[in-house]
Amino acid sequence: MTSRSTLLAVASRPLYWVLLAAALWILLRGHNEPGGGFVGGLVAVAASSLVAIARDTEAARRLLPLAPLPLAMLGVGLATLAGLLGGIGGAPFLTHLWSSWGLSTVVLFDVGVFLAVWGSLSGYVHALLADGGPASR
Amino acid sequence: MLPLAPMLVPLVTALLAAALPRHARLRRGASLAGAVALLVCAAALFVRVSRGGAISVAVGDWPLPYAIEFVADGLAAALVLTAALLGVCAVVHALATGPASEERAGLHPLLHALLAAVMAVFLAGDLFNLYVWFELMLIATLGLLVLGAEQRHAEAALKYFAVSMLGTLLMLAAVGLIYGATGHLNLAALGAAALAPQVAAALPAPVTLLLLALLLKAGVFPLFLWLPASYHALPVTALALIGGLLTKVALYVVLRLLGGVFVNVPGLLVEALGWLAVITMISGVLGAAYHWDMRRILAFHIVSQIGYLLLGVALASPAGTAGTAFFLIHNVLVKAQLFLVCGLMWMAAGHHDLRRIGGLYAARPLLALLFLIGAFSLVGVPPSSGFWGKLLLVREAFAQDRLAWGGAALGVGLLTLYSMSKIWLEGFWKPHPETRPQRSFAHAALSPVAYLAALALTLPILALGLYPEPAMRHLELATQALWSAGGQR
Repeated sequence: MTSRSTLLAVASRPLYWVLLAAALWILLRGHNEPGGGFVGGLVAVAASSLVAIARDTEAARRLLPLAPLPLAMLGVGLATLAGLLGGIGGAPFLTHLWSSWGLSTVVLFDVGVFLAVWGSLSGYVHALLADGGPASR
Repeated sequence: MLPLAPMLVPLVTALLAAALPRHARLRRGASLAGAVALLVCAAALFVRVSRGGAISVAVGDWPLPYAIEFVADGLAAALVLTAALLGVCAVVHALATGPASEERAGLHPLLHALLAAVMAVFLAGDLFNLYVWFELMLIATLGLLVLGAEQRHAEAALKYFAVSMLGTLLMLAAVGLIYGATGHLNLAALGAAALAPQVAAALPAPVTLLLLALLLKAGVFPLFLWLPASYHALPVTALALIGGLLTKVALYVVLRLLGGVFVNVPGLLVEALGWLAVITMISGVLGAAYHWDMRRILAFHIVSQIGYLLLGVALASPAGTAGTAFFLIHNVLVKAQLFLVCGLMWMAAGHHDLRRIGGLYAARPLLALLFLIGAFSLVGVPPSSGFWGKLLLVREAFAQDRLAWGGAALGVGLLTLYSMSKIWLEGFWKPHPETRPQRSFAHAALSPVAYLAALALTLPILALGLYPEPAMRHLELATQALWSAGGQR
């Protein structure tokens, strides 16, 4: 990566947060309407990729809440946990529990999917964009 | 929960193992414990299913056919058990052959992720879920391929990725078309819907597309060249698991779809599958005869054995399906055992090229014995597990007057004998080519635990060969249930 646009590099910082907010909105919207963890996660990946392209992969990695692999693992772990919680009372795996305020293990599952997509795909994108060799985790 | 356990246990194990990137000993302990727990779950599932019949879980308590369903019937339970055994052996082998300090942090998480995906494919009760887990299998395999982080690994990974992606896209397209034609994704509901004449008329094209995708992933002629080109870059542990399981998983899905779901496929398609099977068998075994690298020889034999399995599918009868299922299990075990033995040969002799090693018979008699058992089973010498598998298939072929198919299967057996005796003569029998080997290989340390993994696979192979009756009966019952379910709807 040789030539970078200064405009894009400067704009990427606020855009990152805007995209991330949009991703969160899509994630939560998925509760009752089209949207959800997977699509939201992809938008979050787009945000990370934008920073990685406009600035560099190191900057994009610093903005992630965790390193890509642990982030993805946390996501898969949360989703699995949501499924297991639902199955506690002898009900099948992934049977969802609902509390009185509309909160449910569905949200936990979707957040898990979101993080898994965000972490794993950002990891791939960063590794592809970084110059030279596979990513060092 | 029991039908889901074989998928959940390795998934959790993979997470645990991945959470410990800097603690090699803890990671290895978690990995071994997870593999053993998986075997226990698989055995419990097998016992439950063989006593009480198929069990299924509709995930999330949604009504069928809309829920994602996991079904453990006789066939799936038998394969889950086989794969779980393979998983334990692979993990034990990984622990025994490499020091903890040199191990890549990703190896154990990826092995378990692969196991989780394979189990889920065996148990999946709907087409889309099947596709998703196939994808995860691809991702885990890709991860294992690039673990080495050298140029040749990246090259092999690229080849594998390109072919798998193509297969994946075809598969997704086919799943979409089938959903469009029938309105269902659940396999049982699909089978019922496919019996209606106007639906059946729209199905042959998407089903053929789906078969094409699966056959690409299975490595059938002429789509097999990616397989030997990418497999040889894998670490031995992963090679045993992937070479033993992956292509066979695709074949299992074909068997299941044609046996129990799309029972009324056009005769022309079946005919084409049979001839493809014959060509695959022959081209695989000829490729093996040409090569000198042990891993490549075995990789070409995977292709050749896939031909046998496809032949069984093309026979399209309950007896043919039962024979294929038996051959499938035999082949998973034997292939993995041979890959592990070849890994040990490499550690003992220092090279994969047969021209540059030798003298292993005198130095490692136990290794020679293990190899002989695996090789005889692969060739099909009586009374080995391969003999019974081939007997079932060839007998059914002759019973259906498919003389050319059965004859080809017998002829390919002879050629298999040739390349197995090549490994035997070159690797074990002839003296080592260097008069004073660089590494004094006769004294190189090989831990007994490494033998244990190969031995643990050899025992079931011997059992299948000497006493095949219970396995055959189980699989006959399982495939009859599959076929009658397909016929009744």
